[in-house]
Formats: sequence, C-alpha cells, structure tokens
Amino acid sequence: MNKPTVLIIDDEPQIRKLLEINLSSKGYAVRQAESGKEGLLLASSHFPDAILLDLGLPDLDGHEVLRRLREWYNRAIVILSVQNGEADIINALENGANDYLTKPFRVGELLARLKSAIRHSDSSIVVQTVETGNLEIDLMARVVRRAGEIQKLTSTEYSLLALLARNEGRVLTHQFLLKEVWGISFQSETQYLRVFIAQIRKKIEDDPNRPTHIITESGVGYRFQ
Amino acid sequence: MKLRSFWQFLIGTASIAFLALGCYALGDAVDQWAVALILLAAVSVLAVLFDIIPVLAAALLSALLLNIFFIDPVPNYKIYDTESVLLFFVYLFIALVNAVLTNRLRKQEKKIRDREEKAKTIKLYNTLLNSLSHELKTPIATIIGGIDTLKEIDAEILPEQRMELLAEIETAGNRLNRQVENLMNMSRLETGTLKLKRDWCDVNELIFLVIQKLPVEDTSRIRFEPDDTLPLVKLDGGLIETAVYALVHNATRYTPKQMPIEIATSYEGNMLLIDVSDSGKGIPESEKQHLFEKFYRLPNSGTGGSGLGLSIAKGFVEAHGGTVNVANRPQGGALFCITLPAEVPKL
Repeated sequence: MNKPTVLIIDDEPQIRKLLEINLSSKGYAVRQAESGKEGLLLASSHFPDAILLDLGLPDLDGHEVLRRLREWYNRAIVILSVQNGEADIINALENGANDYLTKPFRVGELLARLKSAIRHSDSSIVVQTVETGNLEIDLMARVVRRAGEIQKLTSTEYSLLALLARNEGRVLTHQFLLKEVWGISFQSETQYLRVFIAQIRKKIEDDPNRPTHIITESGVGYRFQ
Repeated sequence: MKLRSFWQFLIGTASIAFLALGCYALGDAVDQWAVALILLAAVSVLAVLFDIIPVLAAALLSALLLNIFFIDPVPNYKIYDTESVLLFFVYLFIALVNAVLTNRLRKQEKKIRDREEKAKTIKLYNTLLNSLSHELKTPIATIIGGIDTLKEIDAEILPEQRMELLAEIETAGNRLNRQVENLMNMSRLETGTLKLKRDWCDVNELIFLVIQKLPVEDTSRIRFEPDDTLPLVKLDGGLIETAVYALVHNATRYTPKQMPIEIATSYEGNMLLIDVSDSGKGIPESEKQHLFEKFYRLPNSGTGGSGLGLSIAKGFVEAHGGTVNVANRPQGGALFCITLPAEVPKL
C-alpha cells in the first residue's frame, strides 16, 4: 500500500519543518508549498490524501485557496489558523474545510485531526457502530449504551448524538448542527443546541461537567471523540 | 478659541468700564491716584485669568478712561500739570508691563506642567517596556537555555532531568503564548476594535472550561458547584471565559498553593453574578483602586505576571455593560465579583 500523501501549504519554513518531521515519522509522504499559488499547483499535480492549509498566506487569501481547491478537490482539508480567529474558522468550515487547528497547536492533536479528516473524506466507509471509552453507539439499531447499559434518548437527542458520532473526531459548527437536526430556519437558535447538548451529556458522560465525549470548541461548535 | 477670546474681550472691557463708572459715581471721595490703583488691580486680576490680547485691550481702555474721566481736567483727554502726566504714563507703563509679565509667567508655568506630564508618560512607558521585556524574556531565556542544555550535554543528564527540562520548556512556551494573547486582548480593548459576539451561553459549562484551562496542579483547589437552575444567558462566551480565567488565575497566583479558590454563580434581577473568592491575605484598601490599572502589580507580588490580566477582565466585562468589583471577605481573603446584565431566553 502506498504511503498517504499530505500537502502542507504554509509560508513559515519552521512550521513546515516541524510538520514534515512529525508527519514523515508517522508514515506520511510530505509535499510542501510556501505560497497559495504553489499549493494549488502541487495539489493538482499530486492529488494528495490531505492538505494542511494555513489561512495567512503571503500571496493569496487562505479562504480563496480553499474555495479554489474545493472546486475540484474532494479529499481532506485541515485549516491552520491564528488564535481569536473564530469567524475565520467558521467561515472556512462552512466553505468545505474538514477541520481546523489554531497555532500554536499540539503535535498529537494535529496528527489526530489529520487522521480523522482523512478517514472521513473516504466516503466508501460506512460507519455502523461508534465505540469510544465505555460508550457504544449502534447507528444501525439506533441504540446508545454507556458501560453496557442502554441509555434512553429522545429522538432529537439521538439525531444530534448520531450526527456528532458519525463525524467522530471532527468539529461540527453550531450552524451545521442546527440546520441538520432542526432545519434551516433554526440556524441561529443556538439555545436549543446548548440545552440538548447538556441533556445528552447527562446521559452519556461519566461526569457531565467534565465531558470526555462531546467536547466544546469555544465559539465554533462541538466535537465528538 | 475665537469665541473664548471674544468673551474675554467683552468681560475685560466691561469690568474695566464698570469699575471706572463706579469710581466716577463716588465723585470726590476718591482721587485720581486711588482710581489708578483700583484700575491697576483690576488689570492685574484680568492678566492672571485671560489671554494677553484681551488683557492689553483692557489695560489700554483703563488708561484711556483714567485720562478722560479722572485726570484733571475732566472730562477731557487733555493733561496739563506734571503730576497728572506722570500719573498717566506711569499707569500705562505698569498696566502694560503687568499684563505682559503675568502672561509670560503663565506660559512658563504651562511649559513646566507639560514637561512634567511628558516625564510621567515616559516613566509609564518605561515601566511598561521593562515589565513587558522581562515577562517575554524570562520564558525565552528558559527555552533557549533548555534547548542548549539538551543539545550540548544531553549525554550527561539523567532521563528524569531531561523530562524536567522539557517540561520547563513547555511551560515557558505556554507562558509566552499567554502573554502574547494578553497583549493582543489589551490592544483589542485599547484600539476599540473589540466586537461582542453574543450568543447563548451555558455558564456552568463556561466555568468548567475555565477550570480545564488552568495548570493541572491548580484544578484540584477550585471549588465550584454547578447550579442547574441557572438559565442560559446571552454573552460573548469567549470574552467572559477570558475574564473569569484572569480572575481565577490571579487568585491561584497570589494565594498559597493548596488553598481553595471558590467560584460561585447566580442570576438575580436580570444580572448574572460570577464570584471568585480566595482565603489569601486580601487586598490592602489603598491598592484596591489601582488593582485594575494596566501593568499595575501589587507591591511585593513576586516574579511573573504582567499586570494585564485584571485590566483585561475589567475591559471585557465593561464591554458587556457589566462591572468587576473587589472586596475583602469578613473571614479573610479577596472576593472578585463580576456583575453582568444578561438576557435570558424567553419561554
């Protein structure tokens, strides 16, 4: 089997070096681009399995690179962003980015995000059950078990949990979750989301106040793990 | 400015005219020398209060009036005897010199005040730079030194020392990151580019996110009982999280390790209250007013800390129309209280 290829588009040589060392040690083949234009060129010539895209590029706006990539590129794109850039992150996620990391990021986190983004971009995989810790979600039978015990969820709670679990490891924005579960006219009604997430946590988390499965990404959305 | 000098002209000439009229009404009770002294006194008062041009105008007017109405023969501008000539010219001379000298004195004073002001700004700027460069250089020194050690004498150090060194480098990196974040937050506040993104917040969750962000050795000393009856409130969650973090982090820094820090929340009369209290020494009364000033740090507060956290907390809370207050608890320790006007969902 070929090594999966990752294309890094970032103008900072130090960040590229750090990423290259870590990614190649984990068995990825690494390509590097230092500008948006070079990135677009390498993406079309190599068709990598995943792209790590920095939003702050010298020549093209990162959002523009993302938009052009998504015209034809259907594999994983993970965004690298600066802190306090929630608006940028949401924008990128809504325009087809699979996930994001804020600089400074931890390497372990980066590898986990990348792996999960690559897995999810492969649409041939059908997820039937999600198991994490003592939690088991059977997506076929619509059954949720915590420590072997069946948890009773309302149908909305289940829809929300199943959506998060199917996208295990990926951040889903508030708007996306509201649109998928409640419908397009509820996109700004985030209070529903807060209430339902709190209810689900009470049923699936060992300590709902220190959740380990549904993680809050402040200002962006939620992530199931 | 124009309007001001117009009023100065008007008041100056009017007061001289009024005084002259008064003296004239007294008739023979006051002689020309007494009138000259009275008018001179008036010009001196005007010189202290007003700009040079209106004062000169008032001085000339007073000399003219003195000449016409008080210096014999009256009412006439003519002067005959030597004494009266002397009076007129000496009066004019003193009035003008008085006006010019007083004006020069005022200018001098203003210059000195400006210079003092400038010196104060420079001093503040220097304090700021010193504090900043110290805050940034300490972690940088740790990182560079740690890496040098690992590169040069890696073979000679024990594996656990190596881990310790790596942990130090990590802590230094996090500290550097936090300082830069503080500076960016400060600049968002100072430049007025802060825009609130209000959204529904679960305050209990917000507090737990704050606790999670604390260094591991501090999380166990936090006492917080989530309140299930607390409604969702509309806030910029990110900013309030930063503000609460600053208060809690501050409490962990300035109280002995292991000493508990309590966080309590409540919602009363459309106000969300978040209290952070400790059992430390409390805040000296004289320091309370300075506590939220940027770059201010309590005397003897030890190393580390930029003096930015509390002022950022205050800025973020005030951007919501709220307040941060500090008090000493009767049983000892400081109590910081965030009060926020907050909308709750309509049922």
